[in-house]
Amino acid sequence: MLTALLALGALATLIGLVLGYAAIRFRVDSDPVVDQIDALLPQTQCGQCTYAGCRPYAEAIAAGEADINQCPPGGEVTIQALADLLGQDPKPLNPEHGEHSEKTVVVIDENVCIGCTLCIQACPVDAILGAAKQMHTIITAECTGCDLCITPCPVECIHVVPVRQDQSNWIWPTPEDDRLLQTG
Amino acid sequence: MTAMHYTTNPGRTRDIRLHRFHGGLKLPSHSAISMSLPVANAGIPAELVIPLQQHIGETAIPLVRPGERVLKGQMIAAPRGTVSAPVHASSSGTVTAIEARAFPHPSGMTASSIVIATDGKDEWQTADSHFTDYRQTTPAELLEHIRNAGIVGLGGAGFPTGVKLGTAANRAIDLLLINGVECEPYITCDNMLMQERAREILAGTHILQHILNPQHCIIAIEDGMPAAGAALRTALNEAGEENIEVVSVPEIYPSGGERQLIKVLTGHEVPGQGFPSDIGIVCQNVGTAAAVYQAVVHNHPLVSRLVTVTGEGVRQPRNLDTLIGTPFSYLVAACGGYTADVDRLLMGGPMMGFAVHTDDTPVIKTTNCILAVTREEMPAPPPALPCIRCSKCTEVCPADLLPQQLYLHAHSGNLDAAQDYNLFDCIECGCCAHVCPSHIPLVQYYRHAKTEIWSQEKQKKAADIARRRHEARLARLERIKRERAERMARKKQAVAGKDEKRKDAKQAAIQAALERVRQKKTQTGVTPKNTDNLTPEQQEEIREVDRRRQH
Repeated sequence: MLTALLALGALATLIGLVLGYAAIRFRVDSDPVVDQIDALLPQTQCGQCTYAGCRPYAEAIAAGEADINQCPPGGEVTIQALADLLGQDPKPLNPEHGEHSEKTVVVIDENVCIGCTLCIQACPVDAILGAAKQMHTIITAECTGCDLCITPCPVECIHVVPVRQDQSNWIWPTPEDDRLLQTG
Repeated sequence: MTAMHYTTNPGRTRDIRLHRFHGGLKLPSHSAISMSLPVANAGIPAELVIPLQQHIGETAIPLVRPGERVLKGQMIAAPRGTVSAPVHASSSGTVTAIEARAFPHPSGMTASSIVIATDGKDEWQTADSHFTDYRQTTPAELLEHIRNAGIVGLGGAGFPTGVKLGTAANRAIDLLLINGVECEPYITCDNMLMQERAREILAGTHILQHILNPQHCIIAIEDGMPAAGAALRTALNEAGEENIEVVSVPEIYPSGGERQLIKVLTGHEVPGQGFPSDIGIVCQNVGTAAAVYQAVVHNHPLVSRLVTVTGEGVRQPRNLDTLIGTPFSYLVAACGGYTADVDRLLMGGPMMGFAVHTDDTPVIKTTNCILAVTREEMPAPPPALPCIRCSKCTEVCPADLLPQQLYLHAHSGNLDAAQDYNLFDCIECGCCAHVCPSHIPLVQYYRHAKTEIWSQEKQKKAADIARRRHEARLARLERIKRERAERMARKKQAVAGKDEKRKDAKQAAIQAALERVRQKKTQTGVTPKNTDNLTPEQQEEIREVDRRRQH
């Protein structure tokens, strides 16, 4: 009887020590769920979800403070992916936050730009090149289409344009789409 | 790698044991239509439209400006990065524009092109480098030369040949396969090339052998190409060549596909997402071999190719030696024009080709065939019916896939599942759609799914970059804030320290002055006079003053 108690006690202590050590040694600093959610978000950093960027939104989802349907740039695809990840039912995009639309980028009308740098300060991904009293321009490849630079511009020289379509980013239409095109 | 069975009988064509790939179709060849006439030179059109992107990889960068005169063979656009190819002027003339022009692509979109108004002189650029004997040249130099000559796979895919050979040159190559098996019905340009320019193909093959140093070399043709086989064998005999074999394979579509041909000739399968060079094999189209010969021996970059102009929709179908950039309409006119009942114009064959939206479309490096079909010849497919799971598609799939599963997943947008069923091993040969009793345009679903997946991958990559940039920005703003705070703190401290010091200095000066006065007093021994007979009030007053002075 005593032997059994001792053996089990010793075993429990040993396992406890190992687990305790592992908890310290293999500590995960950031919440892996936040990382996983963040990886599914489109990284537009537009703030339409009412959070300060994609990561804060991911943190809010992980904490149960935000819903998964607040990201207009991600649209249905993102909602579906988040629902799969979190084991929730997908729901339609919350229209309060905006509508899903095709990705756009912005361009600066360089003739009108006065070089005030306000847009540079607003850009969350440093996609605007310029300096005070110098012409500014958008690095199109880096632009996420968040449109955050449009409001600060005092001379309204920033315009939204659709992403340029060429052979490299063209998607074959499905036969259904093709038929729609032909008949419609 | 295990020794291959064909190694036992070098030089003896008849002993090669052929294998079969899974599936495939026996299709009517329609090759006779375009083979009644010999290859003719298409001539020089008034305007050449040369797209910057005629290959797999990055778009080339223009080197010329509008108004500039260019010579035939002059490099007019340079490759961008490793997987890219330069573009050369196909004839002499003046660059009139660099602008978006019609381009052979299923989307019907335009593409950046260099437009040349030809002067009809067809004046070659004088060669600045020339290999008198390529055998004295290192493979690396030859590879560089082939790359600069803008050669891409002429079989249809258009992968830069220099890159393909460069990868293979670092590996032990067992078999060099020169592919003369026509990929599709109707197309005869490779067949005609072998019949008329067997010597060039052989010379190109020799150069490729020099670069790759393979153990064996096979030129593969189809059973239905006796004339091509005869021409090649004559060339081999003339050269006294015994180490290159001409092997004829049965006409089963798509035995011209690289993987299928390798399977037929060796019994080996190229790994799913791998390359033939992974199993010691390099496959090059006969046209590519001839282009390599032109580039290395004559220093002529890739400025022309053979194009089959065929179908019931043209009056005089034939093969034309065509300058890159020649509009389709020019070639059709050279073949007697359209017939009255022409319906559609395709680039490529009936199985894998696609309809072009305008005949202003220029010939590019991968244009092997221009197919003008009548409605009778190629009727519009009847409306698609639901899949009945008959599995006919699975039986014919030469890539050993499950087309109906791929279709179901691609159709329902379940792209991950489609990828699990090896969507990217699909070669889009069209066998499945050809046999489908429900007439489902299967390949189009696969193409949609593939491009959709690519697009999502690109978006994912862009999102990752955006995340990194955003995080970098936040870190930078944080750093700037911290640095500013630190600077402010330092300044404050510095100012406070100075005040303290100043105060101390003042006090010290006063103390020093008082000390001096005291010393002076004791040194000089001066004492106040008339202090003997003072009233207590006066004494009190003096004490009062002294006390004040003390402070």
